[in-house]
Amino acid sequence: MIGAGPAGLCAAIAARDMGARVTCVDSGDRPGGQLVKQTHKFFGSRAEFAGKRGIDIAGMLADRIRDDPMVEFMLDSTVIGFYDDGAIGIEHNDALTFLRGERIVCATGASERMLAFPGNDLPGVYGAGAVQTLMNVYGVRPGKAVLMVGAGNIGLIVSYQLLQAGVEVVAVVEAMPQVGGYDVHARKIQRVGVPILTSHTVKAVHGTRVVEGATVVALGSDFRPIPATEEYFHVDTVCLAVGLTPLADLLWQAGCKMAYVPELGGHVALRGEDYETSRRGIYVAGDLAGIEEASSAMIEGTIAGLSAAQSLGHEAPDFEERLATARAELAALRSGPKGQKVRLGIERLMRLGREVGVVA
Amino acid sequence: MRDKPCVEPGTQGRIPDAARRARGPCAVIECFEEIPCDPCHDACRRGAIRPFDDINHLPEVDFNRCNGCGACISVCPGLAIFVVDETWKDDLAVVRLPYEFLPLPSPGDTVAGLDRSGRECCAATVVRVEKAKRQDRTAVVWIEVPKPLSMEVRHIRVGGSAIGSREG
Repeated sequence: MIGAGPAGLCAAIAARDMGARVTCVDSGDRPGGQLVKQTHKFFGSRAEFAGKRGIDIAGMLADRIRDDPMVEFMLDSTVIGFYDDGAIGIEHNDALTFLRGERIVCATGASERMLAFPGNDLPGVYGAGAVQTLMNVYGVRPGKAVLMVGAGNIGLIVSYQLLQAGVEVVAVVEAMPQVGGYDVHARKIQRVGVPILTSHTVKAVHGTRVVEGATVVALGSDFRPIPATEEYFHVDTVCLAVGLTPLADLLWQAGCKMAYVPELGGHVALRGEDYETSRRGIYVAGDLAGIEEASSAMIEGTIAGLSAAQSLGHEAPDFEERLATARAELAALRSGPKGQKVRLGIERLMRLGREVGVVA
Repeated sequence: MRDKPCVEPGTQGRIPDAARRARGPCAVIECFEEIPCDPCHDACRRGAIRPFDDINHLPEVDFNRCNGCGACISVCPGLAIFVVDETWKDDLAVVRLPYEFLPLPSPGDTVAGLDRSGRECCAATVVRVEKAKRQDRTAVVWIEVPKPLSMEVRHIRVGGSAIGSREG
């Protein structure tokens, strides 16, 4: 398992349950991936820990396999390359080791998108993930007053977490004419008094050595700035939550057939229903397979882990039932209005996969 | 354009009407958008939050079964459930709300009562603060507010009210 976030951990649990030996490699110092920063309670159904906090889910998942002799964790270990002979290179403590897996589940997650504007290189301009790491992993406030850019779930949740840490959030700006994240997340910060400015974006960030302020501008229906609508905010921090893109370098290197699917966040691997890519033996799961929520990442991991282990000849009496349950839960999570984008993306991905013969 | 949160139309089954509120405490579920989420159903031991056929459906409350116990408040991941009791006192209602900020207020404190857009609309007196282990760090704060504001106040600011102390 490359990556021990929600997808990688669930893949490891599922593969172990089938009787496979598993090694989980992760660059972090503890398992859980982005879960270790998610202090809020999760949505979804009970099977995916709905109502539990992400920070606790990371531990609950890891506890299921932590002491299992069939499972090995390699933490503080970064996979740096995929080699022609099927070996992966792992950097740990400034030393390079190689590992060969009969099957590989790639669950490397996503990286944050950047936004181009004057001043975006000033200290004080952060990605939302970095702000979460500072606050929720290390207990450090990123600043005193923050302008949040992006009203998707991450922008809304991180704004809430900033407020909880005692940081002022002067406003959330969102280029789209509506909030992208869940309405309930938006309400949580609105009732604290944080304005959400839709059809607005950051025009420039100002400061000589560090961020001292930011100019926000209204956007017309053509997404062009409307003249003379600039508004200045006195802030020392600008937090960007403008989307994620799959962290797919290893897949490119492995020669997996990729496709550009904007609804899934960018380039994703063509894959079958079992999440196996065009390169036999390499599976994908989680945000790497398409940007979604942690709850769907967990189920994708389960499907990939079960399928990878089964393809090695491992068997379990409840295999078919577990796979069917996972598929049904995943379909249910994606079936609502908020899942429409992902449904379209997967439809497109599968169509492209059929065209090149990756999907039967 | 500034988004103004409000109680949206088509809220039957989530927002109790004035007649129901006059009969005693009941849940107010301000969940107006279909997302995949259903823990509120499991939280209610009286079966007042109906089972979900589809996890994306909006919750639906049987207001004849709901007794306003508030077990659902801290379970909702969206912090979207409140309990309103308009039978509390002649001119005062109690609003119970989920609260995840520090410091927690104490009973007897005067706090600012905020509406859905964070505007201070009254001074409120804290009556009770529930923080049981099962609530998993989502406290439930009971506040006394003027009865006409029971469906307006949805958050508090600790540290006094600009509008003035209620108890004088």
